[in-house]
Amino acid sequence: MDIKAPNLIKGIHLEGLRVVGDPREHAQRYYAAGADELLYIDIVASLYERNTIGDLVRYTAENVFIPLTVGGGVRSLGDVEGLLKDGADKVAINTAATKNPDLVRDVSRRFGSQCMVLGIEGKRRGDGTWEALRDNGREHTGLDAVEWARQCEDLGAGEILLTSVDQEGTRRGFDVDLCRAVSQAVSIPVIISGGMGTTQHLVDVVKSGKADAVAVADALHYDRISMDAMRDAAAQSDIHMRSS
Amino acid sequence: MTTAIIDYGSGNLRSVAKAFERATSDVGVGGDVVVTDKAEQVAAADRIVLPGVGAFADCRAGLFAVPGMTDALEAAVIKNGRPFLGICVGMQLLAKVGFEHGEHTGLGWVDGEVVELTPGDLKVPHMGWNNLTIRAPDHPVLAGINTGDHAYFVHSFELRCANDRDVLATTEYGDTLVAAAGHDNVFGTQFHPEKSQAIGLRLIANFLQWKP
Repeated sequence: MDIKAPNLIKGIHLEGLRVVGDPREHAQRYYAAGADELLYIDIVASLYERNTIGDLVRYTAENVFIPLTVGGGVRSLGDVEGLLKDGADKVAINTAATKNPDLVRDVSRRFGSQCMVLGIEGKRRGDGTWEALRDNGREHTGLDAVEWARQCEDLGAGEILLTSVDQEGTRRGFDVDLCRAVSQAVSIPVIISGGMGTTQHLVDVVKSGKADAVAVADALHYDRISMDAMRDAAAQSDIHMRSS
Repeated sequence: MTTAIIDYGSGNLRSVAKAFERATSDVGVGGDVVVTDKAEQVAAADRIVLPGVGAFADCRAGLFAVPGMTDALEAAVIKNGRPFLGICVGMQLLAKVGFEHGEHTGLGWVDGEVVELTPGDLKVPHMGWNNLTIRAPDHPVLAGINTGDHAYFVHSFELRCANDRDVLATTEYGDTLVAAAGHDNVFGTQFHPEKSQAIGLRLIANFLQWKP
């Protein structure tokens, strides 16, 4: 769930941001429908916005009893501590980690690896590899996404949230090759994000892409695909999913 | 009735406290939920919860560093028989010894040790939802929770119990792992009931009404 407080928003290709609705209502609805975890990304992440997403995180911790990961603009141990105190279980860090990899180690040492989710925005290069971008895919880092994943696992990251910049918002399926490359390079779980258009895409990225978990945004925000339909498709392909 | 959630610098206590508050109001048992780092408050509580995320050694060091806390726990739980719930590393600390980052003694209330997961090709940490197999279906804390129900796990080490009768529930991850363990008034879960949706709130509600 991309958050521009106080709204749940969705980036639409070539159109910019669109307000989807009240994130609290969506969070409650996804919880009731059997979502395994919730993920909030503060896409503005100025200090002012941080305070506002705090309200949302606190509300969520009081009403939604599944794991909650919060990311977007997390830069310091103090930021992490604040989000955990608000009720997040894990934090996702991308941009700040690419600028200061030691932050990954410091967060995992202080709060545990289970709390340190590394965000990677992978973009295909011409040679069949992927670059890790930052700042919502706007800025280059020069880092190889697979190498970067491996390095951060060594630094103590406990999980990877992997977004395909190429597939995000296309509804044409996940980047299965990117997912497989990262998932096979590390021993920590990989959550793949970006591109879900059909339930077959979910099956493909788990079966061929070795994804450990799949993040779904607008397919749920706009009721295009129900969680029951995802569960049915997964069950038919022998993918283990939680019964709700 | 007061339920004390022990704050010893480990992890996200707000989630645990909010889940206990919700379960308290759901079942109408009343009473207060306090998050505390004071040994006196733990000694005076009717029920005691030891959460824990992170490494065994860090949690053990944090818990044993709180003045008077281990004595208060011994008195309340072992001497006075107050209901006790350990969660994740809070359960692992029940063991006699843990081997994460060296060899460290635990509370020693459950005969066993905490060792690294070796699930073959599967990933470590074991992170996500997994099925429970209930070994003690008549245990009051497991009432209404059935084999096949899913609970949320995050861990890289596991508790191995010396006495099979202390194993109350298991899960499969490369091998059969202890998902819940305990005896008498002591109960522990490897999974996170505060993050396990309806099943987790049910377990917490059961614990709040448990009269061992």
